[in-house]
Amino acid sequence: MSGESSSKILVTGIAGHFGRAVARRLHRHHTILGIDRREVPGLPKDIEVLNLDIRRRGIEDVFRLNSFDAVVHLNIMHDPRARQETHHSFNIAGTQKIFELCARHEVPKIIVLSSADVYGPHPSNNQLLTEDAPLMGGQNFGAIRDLIALDMYCNTFFWRHPEIETVILRPVHIVGRVDNAPSRYLRLERPITILGFDPMVQIVHVEDVVTAIEESLHPGVRGVYNLSGPTPVPLSELLRRLDRRPLRVPEPVARAMLKAGWSLKVTDWPVPEVDHIKYACMVDDSRARRDLGFQHRYGIDAILEEVDAKPLL
Amino acid sequence: MEAEQTELGFDPFGFQPEFLKYVLPVTAWLYRHYFRVEARGLERVPDQGSVLLVSNHSGQIPIDGLMIGTGLLVDREVPRMARSMVERWVPTIPFVSYVLARCGQVVGTRENCRLLLNRGASVLVFPEGVAGIGKTYDRAYELQPFGLGFMRLALETDTPIVPISVVGTEEQMPAIANSEKLAKLLGSPGFPITPTWPFLGPLGAIPLPVKIHIDVGEPMHFEGSPDDEDRIVDRKVERVRGRIREMIHEGLRRRRGVFF
Repeated sequence: MSGESSSKILVTGIAGHFGRAVARRLHRHHTILGIDRREVPGLPKDIEVLNLDIRRRGIEDVFRLNSFDAVVHLNIMHDPRARQETHHSFNIAGTQKIFELCARHEVPKIIVLSSADVYGPHPSNNQLLTEDAPLMGGQNFGAIRDLIALDMYCNTFFWRHPEIETVILRPVHIVGRVDNAPSRYLRLERPITILGFDPMVQIVHVEDVVTAIEESLHPGVRGVYNLSGPTPVPLSELLRRLDRRPLRVPEPVARAMLKAGWSLKVTDWPVPEVDHIKYACMVDDSRARRDLGFQHRYGIDAILEEVDAKPLL
Repeated sequence: MEAEQTELGFDPFGFQPEFLKYVLPVTAWLYRHYFRVEARGLERVPDQGSVLLVSNHSGQIPIDGLMIGTGLLVDREVPRMARSMVERWVPTIPFVSYVLARCGQVVGTRENCRLLLNRGASVLVFPEGVAGIGKTYDRAYELQPFGLGFMRLALETDTPIVPISVVGTEEQMPAIANSEKLAKLLGSPGFPITPTWPFLGPLGAIPLPVKIHIDVGEPMHFEGSPDDEDRIVDRKVERVRGRIREMIHEGLRRRRGVFF
């Protein structure tokens, strides 16, 4: 890290697995204040955490009482079971609130964690999508539209407030000790795959994404950055390395199974996510490697080791 | 082979050179014994560096691409891997989607082609596209209009163009008609009706054992701005198209029969 050793950073959504990973790393060099509406288990004692919903008034006082050097905005809900309206209001209204407070209180830097899923898996995708590719993820998958709207909102903010350095990170599937869809999928003993399809996939280690956040804190860094880890591999290769026995089913059967499973609450996989194990959605992260100096440290095997490691807290 | 695959054996497009050892024996057999391919000038394809191989397209199923690719691997002193640009429909077909990817085939977007050329690959394109492969037999060996994209990329990346003609494939599956309704139903770019397909079932889709002639021309170099208006780029494209047309006519004149 450069000289900004005593800067004060607000981390929203600190209770999540990823939020805690960010906090654990950043608190070594920075003063961290975390907010979350959930309880926060097991964080170092010097991290102050407020139990707050970012849509509430109380958040305004947090900005009045503190002068932040940066905000790391991770408070983005990805719960497929939550109602669409809740999802939308939490993600978009919440983000808007945080951004407007940052503008009013002159926070010089905001870092947002979006995702490479905003591009969406499509048969006609370029093999490696750059940051200016259209965000087509919502075409067949409604539940991701709020993430796209959020990403776009942050992009407009970038132009409305040139005095603030806005950084939007779009990592590929973060895999490891986190509770997101790709990690849950890889933890399954018998994951479903689509008969006759084996797309190339990119995965990245939690700690490598945290490193990218750290690198984004450097003054002068702004813009949209794709992030990916080691070189892409076919989905079947990941499953082979994990010793999984995939259940290969024809696509219509897979969709019907998921539909029934979803209705009966046996599974939490939304049916349109089938496209993710059918088509490629990969990114070119050369901009991040050039501008941020980003380099992934964890290879495929190191990432996969974490999938089955100790149970999540 | 220059494929820039990673330590795990795959390149970003899903090409796995190891996979060829399962496929190549079959295609080499087809090349030598089934279609008895007679190839001329394969050594005109440079041994390395980016190159665009431009060929005519015919015969309902892309046997022409398969035979050009096989020829470059088994019929040259220095094997050269050709990466062909395939229809965007291909990734939606079960099995075909990943088998073709493992064999080095790439979805035909401009960005993918640019990436490959910048990595110094040899890229095989069929600028006639579906219009060429899906012709009915009465229009055999009529070259369809060429797209301009390949020329713009050649100009941009300073890549030589090698014209290729394939003669014989028009007769492998002579189509009587192309059913738009069935194509729409299946979501495919075309649905040919031949004397045997679909009436004889899957067996009817086996191509006839025609003799295939592949001719490779001298590399052509073009200069100019890749952003010139269509009219100017089209003039360059027409030179390539004209050359391929000449080569097709030569090939047709030279051959003694469809099956010999």
